[in-house]
Amino acid sequence: MDFLDKFPAMSRGELRDFKKSVDGSFSEFTGEYGEAIEVFFDPLLYFLVWFEKLLISTPWPITLLIVGALAWAGGRSIKIATGAILAFITIGYFGMWKDTMSTLAIVSVATLICISIGIPMGILMARSKVAQALVTPLLDIMQTIPAFVYLIPVVMLLGIGKVPGLIAVCIYALPPIVRLTKLGIRLVSKEASEAPDAFGANYRQRLFGVQIPLALPNIFAGINQTIMMALSMVVIASMIGVAGLGVPVLRSISNQYLALGLLNGLAIVALAIIFDRVTQAYGKRLQKHQYGDHS
Amino acid sequence: MSEIAISIKGLYKIFGKRPKKMVQYVKDGMSKADLLDKYNHVLGLKDINIDIPAHQISVIMGLSGSGKSTLIRHINRLIEPTDGQINAYGEDVLSMSKAELREFRRHKTSMVFQKFGLHVHKTVAENVAYGLVVQGISLNKAKEDSHKWLERVGLDGFEDYYPAQLSGGMQQRVGLARALATDADILLMDEAFSALDPLIRTDMQDILLTLQQELKKTIVFITHDLDEALRIGDNIAILRDGEVIQQGDPQNIILKPENDYIVDFIQDINRSRVIRIKSIMQKGQSVKGPNFHQNDVLEDVLPGIADGSNHEANVVDDNDTIIGSIDLKRIALAMARPAVEQTSDVTYK
Repeated sequence: MDFLDKFPAMSRGELRDFKKSVDGSFSEFTGEYGEAIEVFFDPLLYFLVWFEKLLISTPWPITLLIVGALAWAGGRSIKIATGAILAFITIGYFGMWKDTMSTLAIVSVATLICISIGIPMGILMARSKVAQALVTPLLDIMQTIPAFVYLIPVVMLLGIGKVPGLIAVCIYALPPIVRLTKLGIRLVSKEASEAPDAFGANYRQRLFGVQIPLALPNIFAGINQTIMMALSMVVIASMIGVAGLGVPVLRSISNQYLALGLLNGLAIVALAIIFDRVTQAYGKRLQKHQYGDHS
Repeated sequence: MSEIAISIKGLYKIFGKRPKKMVQYVKDGMSKADLLDKYNHVLGLKDINIDIPAHQISVIMGLSGSGKSTLIRHINRLIEPTDGQINAYGEDVLSMSKAELREFRRHKTSMVFQKFGLHVHKTVAENVAYGLVVQGISLNKAKEDSHKWLERVGLDGFEDYYPAQLSGGMQQRVGLARALATDADILLMDEAFSALDPLIRTDMQDILLTLQQELKKTIVFITHDLDEALRIGDNIAILRDGEVIQQGDPQNIILKPENDYIVDFIQDINRSRVIRIKSIMQKGQSVKGPNFHQNDVLEDVLPGIADGSNHEANVVDDNDTIIGSIDLKRIALAMARPAVEQTSDVTYK
């Protein structure tokens, strides 16, 4: 009955050899290509550093004005715009201005990257069943695998710094924009996407003239989710050297500083709420034609 | 018979994983039910042979599931057939490359959809201009060129509205204007008026008939509504379970139904309102009595005939020349519901 009591596992030695060989071949890969990959990501690093410096060095009243203007442009609501400005004033008053700017920088850059990769990927998935079958499990892995697990190879490859942090954020924040782009295009009614075909539109005309415009509300929901998820990765990203609101949160965990943790945590929440309200209001404005709004 | 615009020959459509293989089974006589039971394939269309004359309204009618929407989508190849031939103005539609097919759809055919298929993010003017924009014309020029069609369907002044701001009937007028704007010869209308209220549907039929008098397009009109088919159709094909069971002159279908299914189909129609006196007249000699136009329906002539002393009337053509006569007996016989076998000794036409 020995067989039933104990799972027939690999022997300890075999397992050790297996792990060793995986670790060994990855180190080899790192040694050989690490530098090339780092060089590949250099432009991204320069851009991120430049953007962060720009945000930090801009005089705060101008930043406040820009925040208010962007919130107004997105939401067309005085409430949202004043709320955003008040939140930033409070953040600055409690001494978190610089960290907030760093966080804004990485979240914005991560969102831009996710949009530029995610929307084409979603379009591809909506078009091809093969692409969908290949990408869907990948997205599932990206969303569920513990962040620490993919931090290991990323750090081995690129070391500690902004770029590995950015990659970690993007891995986590990419899936919603891909999924919702695909969903949005699939949800375009059969007749609305049949009409372009019947009038002889080619693929590009159908995609950009009809499918994407009609899918925009869903694509926007995806962008909204991507921003939210990028923000929620700020603390983990700070573990591998990304500056911002996550750093004081980490410090307060290890030193049990309640107030510091709470303040910085709430600042992240405030950013999240502002981003969410502005993008949602914008998404709603995009849809207004679809209802009988006699404006 | 006038010129044939679209000719469909031996068209089969089978839905499933291996349709090509199934065609042979169907040709060998397998029924739709057996095909579904044994091989899990759905027979969509079976051996369709239809010649659609140019410059007329040809109605394809059938109940839901009869394959009529599938059939109309074969004409512009929105659906690929499993077997058969489709010719439009001498061009073999099925051998067209993708690029040729796009050109064909841009210039030769246009389509009106049951649920309108409008683009809700575009204004009415942009929707109407759509076919021209797809052809590569700039939006402004396309809007200019297509504006007259907006006027023709009575939507002048609504250019900058969005479709959601219009009623169903007005939305379908946008759909009609969009289809007319490309000047395509062939107009495919897939249950175009079925989603509309009865009154508005009649309005739309009037608009279509008025436009057709002038435009003389080749229109293929799909409907499940027999009254609509009789009202606008120059000829009708009736589809059942993917097969054409009778086609031809609408009057002929009412007066000489070929099987029980069609008898059932036509039993609820108001015969006095659809049968034209031309279809039941005695050709030749004139009689004493009033004159009626050949396209008048029984309802129009009944009071005049009943009033007269010998219950007879003459039938005249567009030039007021007498071409035949009718009497009460003929009208009474035409009013009776026909059975499949014609028992009457009166031969029509």
